[in-house]
Amino acid sequence: MGYTQELMQLIKRVEATRPARVARKKAGQEFPALSLDERQARLEKYHPDYRAGGLRELKVGPSKGYALAKEIADLFEARSRVDPDKIDLKEVHYETDTLVIGGGGAGTAAALMAQEQGARVIIATKLRHGDANTMMAEGGIQAASKGWKDSPYFHYLDVMGGGHFENDPELVKTMVCEAPKAIAWLESLGCMFNKWPDGKLFTLHGAGTCRKRMHYAGDMTGAEIMRTLRDECRNRLKDIGVLEFSPAVELLLDDKGVCSGAVLYNLETEEYFLVKAKAVVMATGGSGRLHIQNFMTTNHYGATGDGLVLGYRIGVGVRFLHATQYHPTGAVFPEQAEGLLITEKVRGAGANLLNIDGDQFVFEREPRDVESASIIRECTDVAKGVPVPGQAGKFGVWLDSPMIDMLEGEGTVEREFPAKHILFKRYDIDIARLPMLVYPTLHYQNGGLAYSPDGTTTAPGFYVAGEVGGGVHGANRLMGNSLLDITVFGRLAGIAAGQFVKGRGDVDRLSVEHVRRYHKELEDAGIDTDRVSPMLLPDYMTPEVKKRQWTTQYVGTIR
Amino acid sequence: MSTAEQLQDLSQESAPLDLSERTDLVPIFIMGKKYDVPSTLTIQKALEYAGYQLIRGCGCRGGICGACATVYRMPGSPRIFVGLACQTLVQPSMYLTMVPFFPANRAVYNIDEIQPDAMALLKAYPELAKCMGCNTCAKSCPMDIQVMEYISAALRGDVERAAELSMSCVMCGICASRCPAELGQYNIAILCRRLTARHLRPKAQHVAEMVARIESGAYEEPLRKLITADLETLRKLYVEREMEPHTAPEMWQPQEKTYL
Ligand SMILES: Cc1cc2nc3c(=O)[nH]c(=O)nc-3n(C[C@H](O)[C@H](O)[C@H](O)COP(=O)(O)OP(=O)(O)OC[C@H]3O[C@@H](n4cnc5c(N)ncnc54)[C@H](O)[C@@H]3O)c2cc1C
Ligand code: SF4
Ligand code: SF4
Ligand code: FES
Repeated sequence: MGYTQELMQLIKRVEATRPARVARKKAGQEFPALSLDERQARLEKYHPDYRAGGLRELKVGPSKGYALAKEIADLFEARSRVDPDKIDLKEVHYETDTLVIGGGGAGTAAALMAQEQGARVIIATKLRHGDANTMMAEGGIQAASKGWKDSPYFHYLDVMGGGHFENDPELVKTMVCEAPKAIAWLESLGCMFNKWPDGKLFTLHGAGTCRKRMHYAGDMTGAEIMRTLRDECRNRLKDIGVLEFSPAVELLLDDKGVCSGAVLYNLETEEYFLVKAKAVVMATGGSGRLHIQNFMTTNHYGATGDGLVLGYRIGVGVRFLHATQYHPTGAVFPEQAEGLLITEKVRGAGANLLNIDGDQFVFEREPRDVESASIIRECTDVAKGVPVPGQAGKFGVWLDSPMIDMLEGEGTVEREFPAKHILFKRYDIDIARLPMLVYPTLHYQNGGLAYSPDGTTTAPGFYVAGEVGGGVHGANRLMGNSLLDITVFGRLAGIAAGQFVKGRGDVDRLSVEHVRRYHKELEDAGIDTDRVSPMLLPDYMTPEVKKRQWTTQYVGTIR
Repeated sequence: MSTAEQLQDLSQESAPLDLSERTDLVPIFIMGKKYDVPSTLTIQKALEYAGYQLIRGCGCRGGICGACATVYRMPGSPRIFVGLACQTLVQPSMYLTMVPFFPANRAVYNIDEIQPDAMALLKAYPELAKCMGCNTCAKSCPMDIQVMEYISAALRGDVERAAELSMSCVMCGICASRCPAELGQYNIAILCRRLTARHLRPKAQHVAEMVARIESGAYEEPLRKLITADLETLRKLYVEREMEPHTAPEMWQPQEKTYL
């Protein structure tokens, strides 16, 4: 397979400008970065968040009046899968101290820490333990770990600047101060980060960093963290039970409003189960599979924003959900790889972004939103995008990976990006020799449920950690701060939840009054809908098949 | 082995596929039953096109979680092919099944106490000694990992080598499904990696130093100042922060050292 003839012709233009670009880079001359005002102007003109009609004001719930992506608003303005009149709250199937919802990085870290507080833990997760966005993270994890050139002070500035200074300062402070501890913890659990022989960790730049503080494990950093945490969980199976293929569909409160468990749905047997718990940690991750504005996504199959809905229904507000992160470099060719993330580390390592003429049009280490907006601009108004073969009207730009070998030495691409190298090799494209064709792809849910540094929320007994939460990244997360976020806040929420259960007696009466109230609120707001949420799984069925499923009932996307 | 290599192999073994016959839809056989699907799809998307709503066998959709192990055969070939459903393109007349789960022995251990040597590995996984060197595991690994090599490294007690060789293992379980000696290779591999990182490689001193510095409260005041600074000041500090050059050596130091 490989690139088409037309693309190979166009690549010649990239090759023609490459030697000069490499020479400039070696001499330390970068493409001029945008000023803060120029950044803002570019975002307003080209970023999808600013597109007319993309956002809608919520008519119900704690954040009523707040405008966010209409795909998420649809989930909030939908009915529960649970009928409060029919559910039997006396039939409890599992009892535990801490229920963790979501077996990704944040949830697993929380489970480990809650267990260390002496709590019994159940992790309920939608797919397999570890089928999560955490598994997919490639680039790395930030932490100011090198005292001779970096500190939490500079990390703080970078996080705030990346988030357009709107971030929750206390959350940021906690994250940057806990960061080195998080790295030490992962190291002690046996995460194989890339290191020098003396034990010093490798670090690189990411977009928006002023110091090289991105720690990594090849280009499988998230996978390495996820499988290590999961493996450690499996060593503690006496205290940590894992229920796979059992997404939570509703939270349970007690009669005083303290969070006390959840309703789970067994995707395989289609049964509902009740878990009673003394504290609940919500760690369901992001929502890329909502395909906001029809964008392709890098996210895993289960990223449908379920935790947002559940938390919202018990009264926890949301923030920064108006801002969605589009990763500037998602693959657009070949078609089968569409949407797949090409880690930012490729740009961190020096690869330029180029238009159809092989010319640079943006500095490759702008923050993500600015970078994405610039690519969209190049492919629309400037009209210098590279046409994607076989997909009329679709364009991309080049990401010049071969530069990396020229800058850092032959073999660097293969060594530093083994997973992507082998993936493209399957399509007969050697990314150490040929550039990749990319376009922005839906990547990260910048915002989410509001929480405090220890994971607590406005709802007692209810904790939030990871991508489902919002505040620490403001309106735009920088690469490497999310793996950090989930490790830091996963740990802290686990500790807080583990402590909370100690002071809480037995849970007696379970309640779903909040669901009844929420349904009432929907009705009062004139929202008469048969939409249900959470979504649980995206719908990739073809309409033809659905038409022939004469007797099949769908509740939302699920049979 | 990658699809391309497998196919190349295939074309050497039997007549090459007749590509001229390709129309938009191609027949594939899902667990023996025929479905016509667009030829540009991955196996995973083809299953969905055929009408399956995936519950098992689908995680990351990006080739890293190992949920979608698939085995298939091609007409006219005696061989078994393997691939990740989310990464492998359909081929006309392939007949396939997914193996979304394959049970494997997993030892419980304490990572702080277990030793990084052959004895400990054998104690945790006695079946390691039964490897008969058939290399079936390596031939069936969709990530092109030298599985047998890492198993024999583990058996020799070369834990670090086993760790390095197995780094890109996605724990899909195909190797375990085909192993005549009934090993669960991927569980042995992750133990080797954790042992390597935990016990064999030196700890990062600079991390511990930074943790101590933070705990001493050294950054409390500078950070408080940032938290209470007005937007103007913060923006100025941000814009003026000193950048470590891209090509700077590891031990580069900034001019401004006040807040280190
Ligand atoms: C391709 C890709 C690359 C990335 N690269 C980087 C990077 O280099 N550096 C970085 O810092 N960040 C990166 N990120 C972001 C980062 O990986 C994620 O934001 C982070 O891992 C989220 O962790 P989490 O634990 O909050 O959520 P996840 O890891 O997504 O875990 C959530 C879990 O909850 C489960 N779940 C969902 N709904 C329910 C429900 N209703 N009930 C029960 N369980 C449920 C999901 O199945 C999943 O297992 C990347 C993300 C992607 C997608
Ligand atoms: S080593 Fe085994 S489990 Fe790991 S990727 Fe290869 S076949 Fe899958
Ligand atoms: S398949 Fe089993 S017996 Fe054969 S080489 Fe691999 S580990 Fe050894
Ligand atoms: S779905 Fe994760 S590897 Fe294929």
